[in-house]
Amino acid sequence: MPQPQPKRIAAARHMKKVMADHFLGLDAASKDPARKVAWCNSVGPAELLHALGFEVYFPENHAAILGATRAATDYIPHANAVGYSPDICSYLTADVGAFLRGYTPLTRAYGIESVPRPDVLVYNTNQCRDVQDWFSWYARHWNVPCVGLHTHRNIGPVTTDHVVSITAQLKTLTSQLEQVAGHPLDMDRFRDVVSLSRRCSQLWEQVLRTGAARPSAITFFDGTIHMGPAVVLRGLPVAVDYYEGLLAELQERVQGGVAAVEGERQRVYWEGMPVWGKLRNLSDQFLSLHTCVVASTYCNSWIFNQLDPDHPFESMARAYTELFIVRSDPVKEDYIAGMCQDYGADGILFHDARTCPNNSNSRYGMAQRLSKRLGIPHVTIDGDLNDLRCYSEEQARTNIEAFVEQLGQ
Amino acid sequence: MALYAGIDVGSSATKAVILDEQLRVVGRGTCPSAADLAGAARRSFQQALDQADAQAADVPAVTATGYGRDNVVFATGTRTEIDCHGRGAWQQFQRAITVVDIGGQDCKVIRLDASGRRIDFAMNRKCAAGTGAFLEQMAQRLGVAVDRLGALASRSADPSVTISSYCTVFAQTEILARIRAGVRAEDLARAALESVASRVLEQLPPAGEVVATGGVVAHIPQMSDMLQRVLGVAVLLPQHPQHAGALGAALVAASQD
Repeated sequence: MPQPQPKRIAAARHMKKVMADHFLGLDAASKDPARKVAWCNSVGPAELLHALGFEVYFPENHAAILGATRAATDYIPHANAVGYSPDICSYLTADVGAFLRGYTPLTRAYGIESVPRPDVLVYNTNQCRDVQDWFSWYARHWNVPCVGLHTHRNIGPVTTDHVVSITAQLKTLTSQLEQVAGHPLDMDRFRDVVSLSRRCSQLWEQVLRTGAARPSAITFFDGTIHMGPAVVLRGLPVAVDYYEGLLAELQERVQGGVAAVEGERQRVYWEGMPVWGKLRNLSDQFLSLHTCVVASTYCNSWIFNQLDPDHPFESMARAYTELFIVRSDPVKEDYIAGMCQDYGADGILFHDARTCPNNSNSRYGMAQRLSKRLGIPHVTIDGDLNDLRCYSEEQARTNIEAFVEQLGQ
Repeated sequence: MALYAGIDVGSSATKAVILDEQLRVVGRGTCPSAADLAGAARRSFQQALDQADAQAADVPAVTATGYGRDNVVFATGTRTEIDCHGRGAWQQFQRAITVVDIGGQDCKVIRLDASGRRIDFAMNRKCAAGTGAFLEQMAQRLGVAVDRLGALASRSADPSVTISSYCTVFAQTEILARIRAGVRAEDLARAALESVASRVLEQLPPAGEVVATGGVVAHIPQMSDMLQRVLGVAVLLPQHPQHAGALGAALVAASQD
């Protein structure tokens, strides 16, 4: 039987151009002494940086490209060799290792020689502590400032104290960034950026919601590709334009009953990071099993509906504190349970990413608790976001196939 | 009369089972998988056909399972080894059981309810710990054939000797250090079996009786005693533990014909 093919999303062509413009723009900015480049976490204060006029580069996106192009595993050992353990974040080790060897996938994709030289690096520990270590390595290399936000972790209900403390950090950070930018923050511009970022979030959420349709109009694997603009262009008009187009296309699918996975039989929720180097293989396997991965925690992590242009600092503080990754296990469980119910998931796949404990939620019994609570099975696959040495293709394939067999019992 | 076949292409051995219409086993075959999985499937199938005094044309439905299931070009369908080991074990006991399959390269724990429906399953992580490959390496280090490891272990006099390393390579180094320190090979062999049983315990809590399948319990009978001791539950063996997966695959073939 021929292998079913993934259903192409027409907007992908537009996205390629949008992403190419982003990287070429960054490259030009890094070569122009009059323009400033800031490196930022994917869930960092990008809005503030855009409002201050920085060109914003996201190393996590670069590391994911290293993973998706299956270059990461080749470069990780070079970072290991200078003291960065193979057990820590493989985004960090792949990115630093590639830099040490003078490699970037941007060369092949866009003819860009190197990642843009930063004037400042801005981290947010809401992702993990590794991002700070990662950015600090580059800060030492280029002798530029590295500043950031230290988010609370394991948060149950978000309180005013949480928001007040992060708001205060954001204001301190603003002063530090104004010095690098060489001018004060324009509050009107800041409000505009926050407004655009919120709009982008809303559209991205609606895009992902087309996964709730039966059959689902989108898969998790589509989501990991199309989330690019929500990560790197949030706060700019181009991201809003992009998602308006993508949403229209997917809504058309929903109205026409067009399935992302032909003959959809089972629906699965993906919890954890993507295995970037195996997206196509995994997507193909689920297609052949007529099973759609309809939703994920990961793709939904770039929805920041709390953003409010009337209260830019406070709303950013709230958005970056209400984020899934920094919440307590009971809050995370409620979230996943709600998502599984909303999207009609028949089972949950947990990806235990060896080098990413903060995005691996199967390590403290959550998978078993959720299965019991929801009455649906789960499976855990061992792997990693970028380090394919931690991934056993055969074991993952058999686990997934056996899991889908079980869903169909 | 139509016959049904199951071929289990495992990492070490390829097994075949042929059933008649009453689901009685009429033929079995086994050969090393080595590097030619398609050839191993053909050879084990032929052995089973010879034993059943049948021709390939008498077998309209063949289900392949195991790591090499996609290499069985003459199969009419495939199923995972999780499904097939569960079916093969359940068919012989027909009650709620936990199947523990210790193969050459992986270890599976499969929980089945009284009707044979799968409730849960787990496979070992990406690691040789708890598998036949681990025991092969330990046997090599101790200078015995792997199928003699159980007999060696049965002469152990010191149950306090343990192998603490998960990693097969580190475990070998650990054994080397113990040999240097004068620990007896018999005690190390027992410790190797205990290590495998402990890895099984970590995967999924057994519920009810355990049925052990796979090449390891087939070739090292002492392994099932060790499982019983470590898991703390009764461990049963099917008639042909190594062929449980192939039997399950043949049952799938019969159900789909």
